[in-house]
Amino acid sequence: MSSENGGMGLTIAELEEMSRRCRVNIVKMTHRAAAGHPGGSLSAIDLIAALYGTQLRIDPANADWGDRDRFIMSKGHASPAVYSILFEIGYLSEDDIMGFRSMGSVCQGHVDMKWTEGVDFSAGSLGMGLSFGLGCALAAKMDGSERAIWVMLGDGEVQEGEVWEAAMAAEFHSASNLKVIIDRNGIQNDDFVSVQMEVGDIASKLASFGWEVLEIDGHSMTDIVQALEWAVSIDDGPCAIVAKTVKGKGVSFMEGNPAFHGKAPDDDELRIALEELS
Amino acid sequence: MSAPSIGGASRDGYGKGLLRIADDPRVVVIEADLGKSTKSCHFRTQYPSKSFSIGIAEQNMMLVAAGMAASGKVPFASTFAIFTERAFEQVRNGIARPELTVHICGSHGGIHTGTDGSSAQSIEDLAIYRTIPGMTVMHPCDDLSAEELTVQLLGHHGPTYMRTARNKIPRVYDESSAHELRIGRGSVLRTGDDVCIIACGVMVSQALAAANQLAVEGIEASVIDMHTLKPLDKALVDSMVDSCGCFVTAEDHSVIGGLGGSVAEHLSTGTSAPLEMVGVSDVFGQSGTPSELMSSMGLTSEDIKSSALRAISRK
Repeated sequence: MSSENGGMGLTIAELEEMSRRCRVNIVKMTHRAAAGHPGGSLSAIDLIAALYGTQLRIDPANADWGDRDRFIMSKGHASPAVYSILFEIGYLSEDDIMGFRSMGSVCQGHVDMKWTEGVDFSAGSLGMGLSFGLGCALAAKMDGSERAIWVMLGDGEVQEGEVWEAAMAAEFHSASNLKVIIDRNGIQNDDFVSVQMEVGDIASKLASFGWEVLEIDGHSMTDIVQALEWAVSIDDGPCAIVAKTVKGKGVSFMEGNPAFHGKAPDDDELRIALEELS
Repeated sequence: MSAPSIGGASRDGYGKGLLRIADDPRVVVIEADLGKSTKSCHFRTQYPSKSFSIGIAEQNMMLVAAGMAASGKVPFASTFAIFTERAFEQVRNGIARPELTVHICGSHGGIHTGTDGSSAQSIEDLAIYRTIPGMTVMHPCDDLSAEELTVQLLGHHGPTYMRTARNKIPRVYDESSAHELRIGRGSVLRTGDDVCIIACGVMVSQALAAANQLAVEGIEASVIDMHTLKPLDKALVDSMVDSCGCFVTAEDHSVIGGLGGSVAEHLSTGTSAPLEMVGVSDVFGQSGTPSELMSSMGLTSEDIKSSALRAISRK
């Protein structure tokens, strides 16, 4: 398996199967830790699996390859999604991911570049990843590199003002190598986004900032793969994919349920979840 | 571009230091609209392809710098000291926690900033950055020392915060003596056995003036320019415990958590040496000339002298 030319060369069916395996590990990790954020991990995993599976230029044998594409997971609480894909890549072992949130584990509660091979950003405080990605994008342009910088944001996260500071700056600096994916799952920590503070038409807002924007179904693997190809084709400025997703996707009692933003499944819930994901 | 301030303002030294390291391909300069004030503007004019204007958006600036640092660049990001504070959590979580080498410069530190008033007079920046693990915190006293220490930052690993001052003050160093400075090492400017005055920034020249006033009365003071507050040069402070036996700290900053706090934390854990602190006494400033403000808020050579006499009396 090599990703230096972009992605892992997987078919749609293979991507869907990898995503299913990741979902299994997401619920197992959070159950084992008795903590974590399964809902936002399950909503994001199809997008992340497709990105790693079809586009991201990385070297499975050398996580520190300097000219690799970057994946900036700004919604860092959805760390189980990232760890599950890094397990698929081979950067993490099963022991690693099952040590999630335990003392000394390389799988910290929120993704952290200091702790985990293959993680490009230390997240955990929302709103910072797009700015960081912009810095990576500007540095890549200075280097004359073709590397792409992918950033994943949550929809609640765009309530942070820094996101819009970065959005404005990215257009001004013509950051055409900056590609954003927004996990529009409609739920944040306390409740539905619409209750906490509706963020509205994110696509129109970004378009008004000068971004190219595409809205898709974030659980249709075919749509996702096509959208990622579209993003790669954009070469005159920053672009964003606004992906409509379902919080907790794949586990019936977690789907659309704000309670599972930051709550792990108990023993019975794990059993049911694994049956549904089998 | 505004007229350059007269030689002696530490912000000018920052600007000149950036020019001296501009040939290094890793160096990038990031501004949040105040490059004319922090003096990074000279770099931006000469090296536009290595300069990025982020607009009035300090939080974004800090993480853009972090992303560049993670991509092999050595970013120097500057704005007013007070506006860096707006992005404190970005500095903490986005720069320092992943140990990224980003050099932050906060200009216009302290009440010496003057007529802009209290909104622009950062009196807590040194304290807050000192609390961040792994962060080096500096406050040079004049243009030549600021220039030298800026140049040395190019070889420094880890996040740093350097505070500079807006206004001209008497030069403490010449080019030769400035070249002897080292990050993390206090600079002994004067030796005496009766009291040790440790100062930073614009208060270093006030400390030297106070030492001269004390000498007239037969009291000999050591004076240290503690341009690096963190890591504190503890070995130097310890040597002064033995030779002087009492201390005065002097800073254009709150007495809570800055240079005085740093020295107090160290002294109190291992010695009984008396310490008097000259600084801003937990109040905000106001508009006024630097001299008016320094005088009214107790930040003059006379205040240092009277504090020295109290410290000596407590030995």
